[in-house]
Amino acid sequence: MKHKHILSVTVANHPGVLTRISGLLSRRNFNIDSLNVGETDNPDYSRMTIELSADDRTLEQVKKQLDKLIEVIEIIELDKSNIVDRDLALIRVDCPKENRSEIIQIVDTFRAKVVDLSKDSIMIEATGTEYKIEGLIEILKEFGIRDIVRTGIVALNRGQVTD
Amino acid sequence: MAKISGAEIFIESLKKENVEVLFGYPGGAVIPIYDKLYDAPFKNVLTRHEQGAIHAADGYARSTGKVGVCISTSGPGATNLVTGLATAYMDSVPMVAFSGQVSSSLLGKDAFQEADVRGITMPITKHNYLVTDVKDLARIIKEAFYIASSGRPGPVLIDLPVDITKELAEFEYPESIDLPGYNPEYNIDKDKLSEAAELINSSKKAVIFAGGGAISSGAGNVLEAFAKKSRIPVITSLMGLGAFPEDNELSLGMPGMHGCRSANYALTESDLIIAVGVRFDDRVTGKLDTFAPNAKVIHIDIDPAEISKNVDALIPLIGDAKEVLEGLSPLIKESKKEAWITQICEWKTNNPYKYDDDSNEIKPQYVIEELNRLTDGKAVIVTEVGQNQMWAAQYYNYSVPRNFLSSGGLGTMGYGLPAALGAQLGRKDDVVIDISGDGSFQMNVQELATIKNYNLPVKIIILNNSSLGMVRQWQELFFEKRYSSTILENPDFVKLAEAYGIYAARIEDAKELSKALEDALNHDGPVLMDIKVAQEENVFPMVPAGKGIQEMIGG
Repeated sequence: MKHKHILSVTVANHPGVLTRISGLLSRRNFNIDSLNVGETDNPDYSRMTIELSADDRTLEQVKKQLDKLIEVIEIIELDKSNIVDRDLALIRVDCPKENRSEIIQIVDTFRAKVVDLSKDSIMIEATGTEYKIEGLIEILKEFGIRDIVRTGIVALNRGQVTD
Repeated sequence: MAKISGAEIFIESLKKENVEVLFGYPGGAVIPIYDKLYDAPFKNVLTRHEQGAIHAADGYARSTGKVGVCISTSGPGATNLVTGLATAYMDSVPMVAFSGQVSSSLLGKDAFQEADVRGITMPITKHNYLVTDVKDLARIIKEAFYIASSGRPGPVLIDLPVDITKELAEFEYPESIDLPGYNPEYNIDKDKLSEAAELINSSKKAVIFAGGGAISSGAGNVLEAFAKKSRIPVITSLMGLGAFPEDNELSLGMPGMHGCRSANYALTESDLIIAVGVRFDDRVTGKLDTFAPNAKVIHIDIDPAEISKNVDALIPLIGDAKEVLEGLSPLIKESKKEAWITQICEWKTNNPYKYDDDSNEIKPQYVIEELNRLTDGKAVIVTEVGQNQMWAAQYYNYSVPRNFLSSGGLGTMGYGLPAALGAQLGRKDDVVIDISGDGSFQMNVQELATIKNYNLPVKIIILNNSSLGMVRQWQELFFEKRYSSTILENPDFVKLAEAYGIYAARIEDAKELSKALEDALNHDGPVLMDIKVAQEENVFPMVPAGKGIQEMIGG
């Protein structure tokens, strides 16, 4: 059975590492849903958040094959019940004057932000879980979506609970 | 400290790595390096093609266990290394390959003889580098040799822009390695070891299945002692031939598509497979659903990604094969599994490799048998790919590791001749025989010149059936004998060898074979024997594609 998994992969911050990792995943026929990468607090390392759908056996192979790459330092499979995960989207929607207040109301409901406004369109920035983003997109569809760009998931484990 | 050029750093680093021989082919981007090679203290072998250079480095590495080293120029020189890198990667051969590259300032500008070699070779190397600063060069070379030879061995490529080889830097060869993402040393899991021992001690029909990993870890003697103590028979994969002496009563030989029936029956009937450095290739398992249906699997491998990749392992033992077996041995009870041994012996006796002898034609199997007899099973056998490879695997008796060199995983035609010359340079005092087919031989035939130039006494045996025999065999059996592009019109190989200055002879009569082979083996220098063999001879037994390994035909 295929499930969604999130891997947090610490890699050496070298040119070509992204190619190495995305190449390995596609070559071995592993399906990536999203992948993003950014520097960590240590400039020698970057962190990739890879979201993929796979059965247990495939997931095991993905992790082991990634781990064989010399530039992969650490792989953690994030436990979805114990993480903070965020997706960021910029959405440009058709927005004639008469729809403006309704759209802004929706934006408020989703705790999103209006970041640009023109005569006939509006740009919205939304941050949240991917389900929230998808919910917002679904509702905005009826107004006519012109462009969407999404980061894909970034995620970190929650801190230890102390008593 | 005085500064030296990148090319000099290259030479000094190779000296630090105790490189004895470098195989290569010069070109624009490596002229500064070749200038320094002119008086380098190690041997610099000029092949006639970059593919020849890399297969020669591969043959040297496989036959000695040392790291093979080769070099090419940029662009076409580097792309000619690709087949050799993939060959070495599939069979886990330790190798460091250098490719020249266009000047840093021209990178990405489609410069003359530019190719994105790092991009091209990513999937077929254990790791690769593009050097961007001469100050990194010594460290990168140190890391490359370490990565290539540690853990599961493999090829590492270093792409070296020509300007870097001319720039100056202080030379300091690093003492230690700092690679936080690479740790090839494994502590063997004691609990798993006990579990494995318990399973082995309670098994009734266990088999050991040893492969290339057993050879590269040097597990030969330990494996032999382990098998003797536990009385467990040993199957060796194509890559594992020689890991266990075939004349031992516990030896079952090679399994799989063209393996022997006894090995395939034993795997199918077994209740436990102790896999040692194997990857359960599809040529071994046949149809996976029916592979060893009753067997539990203990999988010993240094590469965790091999565990349960193809066949589920109940107990994985991650680590060096030799060390794991050493840890396991004291926990094994000396046991009597005589019912199983009796069964094995019966299979062996009833199902040897066999062929129909025919006095009118020379049978290729007979050629290998004769070579085995004349060399007492002690030669280094290098093969091409196809029928010649399978007959060489079946009819020669391998008793020590590193005496069978063959492109197993990738199945690279044209591997044998250059690999044989590399092996001969690594094993100067041993007889090296290239068992070749007339098709494969022509894929790197230009290396006859290299063999002659360095007067390497390689014995080239062409099993000449004027066809691409393995494909022809499939066409005969599964494609209604429609021999599409498999019947070859060949040149006169004897004249060809003579043109290169190599002693050659043609044999067409089975009665002359023994004497001719004996003469060839006694000849002081390279020899080519063009042996006309029966064209329609097939490799048997055979597991047809998509069938289980117990469903063998022929033989």
